[in-house]
Amino acid sequence: MKKRQFTLTALCISLIGFALPAAAQKKYDPGASDTEIKIGQTMPYSGPASAYGVIGKVQAAYFKQLNEQGGVNGRKINFLTLDDGYSPPKTVEMIRRLVEQDEVLLTMGTLGTPSNTAIHKYMNNKKVPHIFLATGASKWNDPQNNPWTIGFNPNYHSEGKLYAQHILATKPNAKIAVLFQNDDYGKDYFTGFKDGLGAKAASMIVSQASYEVTDPTIDSQIVSLKGSGADTFFNITTPKFAAQAIRKVAEVGWKPTHYLNQVSASVGSVLKPAGLDISVGLISMQYIKEGADSRWDNDPTMKDFKALIKKYAPEVSQDDGNATYGYAVAQLMVHVLRQAGDNLTRENVMKQVTSIKDFQVPMALPGVLASSSPTDFALFQTMQLVKFDGKNWIEFGKPVAVK
Amino acid sequence: METFIHQVVAGIATGGVYASLALALVMIYQSTHHINFAQGEIAMFATYMAWTLINAGVPYWLAFICTVLLSFSLGVLIQRIIIRPVENAPVLNIVVVFIGLLVILNSIAGWIFTYTIKAFPSPFPKEPPFGLYFISSHELGSICVTMMLLLLLYSFFKFTPLGLAMRAAAQNPDSSRLVGIRVGWMLALGWGLAAAIGSVAGMMIAPVVFLEPNMMSGILLYAFAAALVGGIDSPGGAVLGGFIVGILENILGAYVIGTELKLSVALVLIIVVLTIKPAGLFGKVIVSRV
Amino acid sequence: MSANLLSSENSIPWIRIVLGLIVACVLPFFISNYHVFQASMVLSYAIALVGMNILIGYSGQISLGHGAFLAIGAYTSAILMDKMNIPYWMTIPIAAFICLVVGFLFGLPALRLEGHYLALATFALAVALPQLLKFKHLEFLTGGVQGIVIMKPDPPWESLFGLKLNSDRWLYFLTLAVTLVMFVIGWNLIRGRVGRALIAIRDQPIAAASMGINTPMYKSLAFGVSAMFTGVAGALSAILVAFVAPDSFTVFLSITLLVGMVIGGVSSLTGALYGAIFIQFIPNIADQISKAAPWAIYGTMLILFMYTMPAGIAGAIRLLGEKLRIARS
Repeated sequence: MKKRQFTLTALCISLIGFALPAAAQKKYDPGASDTEIKIGQTMPYSGPASAYGVIGKVQAAYFKQLNEQGGVNGRKINFLTLDDGYSPPKTVEMIRRLVEQDEVLLTMGTLGTPSNTAIHKYMNNKKVPHIFLATGASKWNDPQNNPWTIGFNPNYHSEGKLYAQHILATKPNAKIAVLFQNDDYGKDYFTGFKDGLGAKAASMIVSQASYEVTDPTIDSQIVSLKGSGADTFFNITTPKFAAQAIRKVAEVGWKPTHYLNQVSASVGSVLKPAGLDISVGLISMQYIKEGADSRWDNDPTMKDFKALIKKYAPEVSQDDGNATYGYAVAQLMVHVLRQAGDNLTRENVMKQVTSIKDFQVPMALPGVLASSSPTDFALFQTMQLVKFDGKNWIEFGKPVAVK
Repeated sequence: METFIHQVVAGIATGGVYASLALALVMIYQSTHHINFAQGEIAMFATYMAWTLINAGVPYWLAFICTVLLSFSLGVLIQRIIIRPVENAPVLNIVVVFIGLLVILNSIAGWIFTYTIKAFPSPFPKEPPFGLYFISSHELGSICVTMMLLLLLYSFFKFTPLGLAMRAAAQNPDSSRLVGIRVGWMLALGWGLAAAIGSVAGMMIAPVVFLEPNMMSGILLYAFAAALVGGIDSPGGAVLGGFIVGILENILGAYVIGTELKLSVALVLIIVVLTIKPAGLFGKVIVSRV
Repeated sequence: MSANLLSSENSIPWIRIVLGLIVACVLPFFISNYHVFQASMVLSYAIALVGMNILIGYSGQISLGHGAFLAIGAYTSAILMDKMNIPYWMTIPIAAFICLVVGFLFGLPALRLEGHYLALATFALAVALPQLLKFKHLEFLTGGVQGIVIMKPDPPWESLFGLKLNSDRWLYFLTLAVTLVMFVIGWNLIRGRVGRALIAIRDQPIAAASMGINTPMYKSLAFGVSAMFTGVAGALSAILVAFVAPDSFTVFLSITLLVGMVIGGVSSLTGALYGAIFIQFIPNIADQISKAAPWAIYGTMLILFMYTMPAGIAGAIRLLGEKLRIARS
C-alpha cells in the first residue's frame, strides 16, 4: 500500500515536474493563445494611396496559405487588416479598435508616414509591438524613446544620401534638378539628398519642383526642370507620377542622368506602363526581388510567390513591386514569430524583432541581410545601386552601408 | 523664353484635358441644370471598359466606338434608374445621390480592376508632331478631338430640333411638357450624351495620366473650375475655361508662386474672376423679374 | 426636438432631453474606452453638422469646404497646446473665435456668388487649405507635412462620484458639455431674430432685402457662425485624436460633412446628431459587409437613404411621430 502510494505520488510529482516547465514556457499576452496569434494592421484600401492596398492583400493571402499548412508553431495567424483610407484620424480609430477591442498581440506593416505618426505615441504607451512599418521615414529608428516601434523599409533619408554620394563620386560638377512629392516621404528623401551633398547642395541643385498627390499631371514641373539646364535628375515620386515623369522627360527630349527612388522602381507597375525603352539608364536602389525580373524565374521563393497569388489573390499582378514587398514582410514576420516560440509575450516579440542576426529574407535580394539590435532599429542597412537595361534592374557596384 | 513658351503650350495641353471633362459637365448642366459630381467617375469607368475591350484584342477605333455607345447607354440607365426617383427632390438630396454614385463607381472600379496604374494606348503616333518638343502628338490630337466635340455639341444644341427640345426641357419642364416634349427622356438623353462625351474625355486623358480608379478626382476640380469660369451654360466657354485654367496653373507654378501653392492661387484667381463676372466669362446673366 | 419654426409644436420636449442626457452621462461607464472615444468623435461631428445646418439649412447657402474650418479649429488648438503651452480646454473658445472671424471674412466676398459658384469657392477653400498647411514658410507653426503631435490630457480628478475617470471618459464628458453648450447656442440663434432673418433671406431674398434686412451682413454672419461651430468641432477632434496633419483634412472630409448633414436632416438640430452617427459608423459597417468594395456599400446606402428619407433621418422620425399621432387620435 505504502509502495503504491509512493509510486503514485512520485508519478504525480514527476508529471507536475514535466508539466510545470512546459506551462511556464508557454507565456501569452493578449492576442496569443495555444491556437492562434492575432496580428493587426491598417492599410489604405481606399483613398489616394489605395494602390498600396496590394501589400495587405498579399500578406493576407500569405497567412491564409500558412494557416492551411499548419500555421506557426502550431498556431494559426489571425490577420486583421482594416482600411484607414490614408486618413490619420481613421488610423487612430482602427488601431484603437484592434488593440482595445480585438486585442491583437502586435501590429505589422501599418502603412503611411502620417498614419503611423498618429499612432506612434499610443502604441508605445500601450506597449504593443508596432513593427515593420511600411514607410521609410527615419523617425522609426528611435530605440531610446520609442522602443516598441520598428520600421521595415530602408530609410528614405539614407537612400537620398546614397544617390547624392554617387553623384559626388561620379559627376562632381553635375547640375541637379529635383522633383518631389510635397509630403513627409518626399521631403525626407530630399533632405537626405541635400545632406548627402553637404556644402555643395546649394550650388549643385539648380532647380526643384514639388507636386501634390491630387495634381493630375506633373508636366509643368518637368518643363521647368528641363528649362533649368540641369543634366542630372532626382525623381522622388510615387508610382503613378513616376511613370508620368519618365514619359514626360522622354517626350520633352531631356536626357539627364535619372535617379529614381526605390518606392517607384517596380518594373511591372511603373516602368512597363511608362515604356521600357525610355526607361533605359534609370538608376535606383533595390532590396526586394521583383516578379518581372527574369533572373528569379527559377527562384524557389519567387515560384512560391507566383503560385500563391495565382491561387489566393488572382487580381494582384505578379509584376507589382508592392506584392513582393508585402511577401517579404510577411516572411520576416513569420521568422520572428518562429523565433519567439511559445513565449508569445509582447516583450519577447520585441526582443526577437530587435535581435535579428543577418537574416536573409528569402524574397530580399541575395546578400541584402536584415539585422537589428537593441540600439539600432534600422533593418536593412546596406543598399544596392541598380541600373535599368531595358529588361531588368542590373546591379552595379558593391552594396553600400549608408548611415 | 523657350521654357516660357513650353510652359504655355504644356498648359494648353493640360487645359485640353480639363476642357474635355468640362464639356461633359456643361452637357449635363444644359440638359438637367445639375452639376454632376459623378461625371469624372463615369468617364473613368468608361475608360476601363475601353481598356478591357482593347486588352481582349479589339482594335482601338472599334473599341472606341463601342465604349462611346456603351457609355451612352450607361448614362441613360443611370438617369432612368438612379436619378429619376430624386428628380424633384431638393438640390442637396440630388447632390448626395451624385456623391453616392461617385463613391460606388470608384469602389467598383477599384475592386474589379485594382488600383495599380495601367497604360492606356493612344491612337496618335508616338513621334512629336513636326519634330517639335513642345507638345506630343497625343496632346495635339486630343485637343483636336475636344474641338470637334465642341463643334458637334454646339451645332447639336443650336441647330437641331432635338437639341432645342433638350434645352427647353431643362429650362422649363412644365411648359415643355405642354408642347409635347417627353421631358423624362430628354433628361435621360442628356445624361447619355454627357456620359458619351465623358468617355471620350477619359480615353484622351488616360494615356497622359495613366489609368487608375482615382484618375479623375484631381481633374474634376479643375474641370469644374473651368466650366464655371467659362460659364456653366456655354460649351465654348467651358473649353476656353479649360485652356485658361491649364495655362494659368502652369504659369503660376513655374514663375509666380512656385509649385507648392499654385493650386490655391489658381483657385483664388478663379474666384476673383467670378466675383467680377458672376456668370463666368461667357455665361448668360439671368435677370429675373420680381 | 426639431427647430422647425413652421411647425405648430414649438414646445421643447423636456422629458426626452433629460432622458437623453441621463443616458449620455451614464454611457461611458458601461462601454469600452474605444467606444467612448468613438462616441466623443460622434459628438464633435454633431457640433460641426449643426454649424453646417445653420449655413445650409437655415440660410440656404452651400458649402463644400467646411472641412477647412475643421482644420483651422484643429490646428489652432494644436498650435496653442504645442507651441504656447495653453491648456487644452482654453484652446476651444480661442479656436471658436478665430474660426468665427475667418468664416466671416471669407463670407464677405464669397457670398456675392450664388449656388454653384459659391460651391466652387468653398470647394476651392477645402482644396487649398492642406496646401497652405504644408507650405514651407509656415512650417514653423504648422509642423508642415509632419503635422503636430499633441499630448492627450489626463483627467483632472481620479474619479467622479465613485466612478473611475480615465482620459477617454474625461474627454467624453468635456465633449458632451461643449456639445450641449453649442446646441443651446444654435437653438437660441435659430429661434431668435438672426434665425428668422436667415430664413427670410433663404426663402425670399429680394423681399427680405426690401424689408430692411442687411442681406450681405447676415449671410456673412451665418458663414462666420457656422465656421465657429465647425472650428469648435475641429478643436475637440484634435484633442481627441491627439494628432493633426494636412492628410487628416482632405476634400473628402468636406464632402462627408455635407453628406452627414443631408442624411441627418437639413434644418434640424437633432438631425446633426443622426448625421454624425451615420458618418462615423456607416463606413465601419460597410467594411464589415463587404471587404472588397466597402465604399460601394456606403454609396448605395447614401442613395437608398435619399430615396426613402428625403427629409433626412430627423425628417423621417418626425413623419413617423406625426403618423403615430394621427393614428392615435
